[in-house]
Amino acid sequence: MITAGIDVGAKFVKVVILKDGGVLERAKALVGFDVLKSTIDPFETTLKKTGLSRNDIEKIVATGMGREAVHGKPPINAEEVVSVVVADAKGAFHLIPTVKTVIDVGAEEGRGVKVGPNGIVKDFVINERCAAGAGTFVEAMARALEVKVEDMGPLALKSTQVIPMNAQCCVFAESEVVTLIHSKVSKEDISRAIHDAIASRISSMVLRVGVERDVVLIGGVALNPGFLPPLKKELNTDVIVPECPEYVGAVGAAMIASESKE
Amino acid sequence: MTEIKKYPTELLKCWNEGKNLRKSYYDDYLRAHEKGGIRWAGGAWTFSSIPAGLGEDVYCITGEPYGATIAFFKDFAAQCHDAVEAAGFPRTLCAYMRNYWGAILLDKHVLTDGTVVEGAPIPDFIWQDHICCSHGKWYQVVKWLEKKKGKDVPMYCVDVSVGYAGPNEKIEDYKVNYIIQQLNDGIDWLEKVTGREYNDKLLCDAVWNEIKATSLWAEICSLNKAIPAPLDEKSMYSLYVMATLIKHRPECVAFYETLRDEVKDRANRGIAATPYERFRVITDTQPPWGFLKVFREMEKYGVVSLGSLYTFGLIGMWEFKSDGTWAPKTLPEKKPQTREEALRAIVEWTLHKPEWAHFYRPELKTQMMKEIVDQWKVNAVLLHYNRGCEGLSVHIAENRLGLLDAGIPVFPFEGNMGDEREFDFAGTMARLTAFFESMGLKKLKE
Repeated sequence: MITAGIDVGAKFVKVVILKDGGVLERAKALVGFDVLKSTIDPFETTLKKTGLSRNDIEKIVATGMGREAVHGKPPINAEEVVSVVVADAKGAFHLIPTVKTVIDVGAEEGRGVKVGPNGIVKDFVINERCAAGAGTFVEAMARALEVKVEDMGPLALKSTQVIPMNAQCCVFAESEVVTLIHSKVSKEDISRAIHDAIASRISSMVLRVGVERDVVLIGGVALNPGFLPPLKKELNTDVIVPECPEYVGAVGAAMIASESKE
Repeated sequence: MTEIKKYPTELLKCWNEGKNLRKSYYDDYLRAHEKGGIRWAGGAWTFSSIPAGLGEDVYCITGEPYGATIAFFKDFAAQCHDAVEAAGFPRTLCAYMRNYWGAILLDKHVLTDGTVVEGAPIPDFIWQDHICCSHGKWYQVVKWLEKKKGKDVPMYCVDVSVGYAGPNEKIEDYKVNYIIQQLNDGIDWLEKVTGREYNDKLLCDAVWNEIKATSLWAEICSLNKAIPAPLDEKSMYSLYVMATLIKHRPECVAFYETLRDEVKDRANRGIAATPYERFRVITDTQPPWGFLKVFREMEKYGVVSLGSLYTFGLIGMWEFKSDGTWAPKTLPEKKPQTREEALRAIVEWTLHKPEWAHFYRPELKTQMMKEIVDQWKVNAVLLHYNRGCEGLSVHIAENRLGLLDAGIPVFPFEGNMGDEREFDFAGTMARLTAFFESMGLKKLKE
């Protein structure tokens, strides 16, 4: 059975095509003002690479904050939509069946999900209206430090000292970064302080629903090597990052499509 | 998309009667002086039966419902927030209180249909009780703001900080006597500041009305155990409010008797508040008043909110019966006949108010919530982490843990009852949708 999952996130749209539970192809693209158009490109890329047509896909399930943009809308015509929380749990369980806790840190949201049997959601928590625990925070701080966002993680790993960062919000944190720059603190140490702050914010949120091993980190921020060490330290546990962690929600959506057809 | 059973629904026959009662309440306060009467201001939990002894032409405005009314009319609420912040008050204070102060600062008054009239009516006196930090300071600032306009409004506050007795527990005499003494002094004070002679018979009538009205509301809420629920919480907000305004008045008792009979009839005939009920929830604390459409969005998933400890117990009086059920509080054996009997009756009655558990005994609040979940056949609890009311939110995270320990699904969300800037409708709906999906619910066919 061939199904597809589309995760229309705040910054990227991710498309995954599954065949009998295995990933056939995946693609992603930046989300533009026209969300449907932004989704068509990666969707057609996956079709082209697999040699499939839309009719070959038995069912498409969309997730993410922009999911309604592709729900029943040609040429994609997603038949069903599910929330990211449900898709995350299902996707993480499919890839790592021992998962009990999923931490998803995306561009604008951080989420913690307690996962039950067969990838059902037992409980969840999402950050409320604050970018300080999400990928956007790293981007804003990278701008303040005048470094590329992809360099932030490797920079943090070179840090030699711990600098506390107390601001609770993205805007005030930027002021704090500027102050640290003026105080001649190195970019490496500031970068580490930024990642420590995100890890602290995310871990205190996830602890509200309880952290049980195995803990799986997904979402775009999982690709950032500077985030994993402080998160492990805050949670005092090992954290697994699956291959292509930013696609896990889309995998979950595709799995939900498969299960509803069985 | 799933099709499910559709229950019959009907509009409440007494809906307009309630609406008119609310309208006349605000009109009476506004025009009290034109009618030759006097008016006072205070909180919804104040001992409103006491000023009733000054005569039949004594009208009040209670601050929390008025603050909620302002919140409902967002444009006016935004003006109030701006005025309060411009005056130097922080936006972290009680949102009702800020709305109320804002109207005074703007010298405007909002009516129940949203009409804003020039000239905020100045009360002849303030009659308040101190139950939370904001209640304590609220009217001190009102007095200060009115004084700036040239009117020195006399103020009396009753300290009720003797702890919460719980629904069934005996209250120590010294606690009751402490409050009775303040009320006795208050009656002398009322005579002095109004120049009126106090009438004990009117006091006894008012106390008896208050006891009956608050027990009747609990009886009405009990009828929502029926499946389908005959009332939904969004509608209940417009109904419970009567007892936050005029719990001491005979009109309130009469309206609740009519409502009780109608709701009983609806329950017997299987008339639903919402046609597609399939998942029952309760909430907690005041809702974000500017966003009551959340309840309508929930209905698209077949979810009905059938109340809350807040809706049931803010003014409703309850007790645990011998079989463990949580039920309307039994009325005292007889109506009070003297001032002393009336004051003792109303103090003992009030100190059993379930909603006061928020302040003093979170574990008891959790217990009452669990009883509601069990007896009203509730599937999940939605907790409003209400930044606008520290008093009712103070232990809410502990309540969440207690409910989770009991295996009850809980969805917490952040917001503000009276300041729309602190409520993210789209974000909350996205999270709520995720919660419903995690409960196995899908959106119903439109």
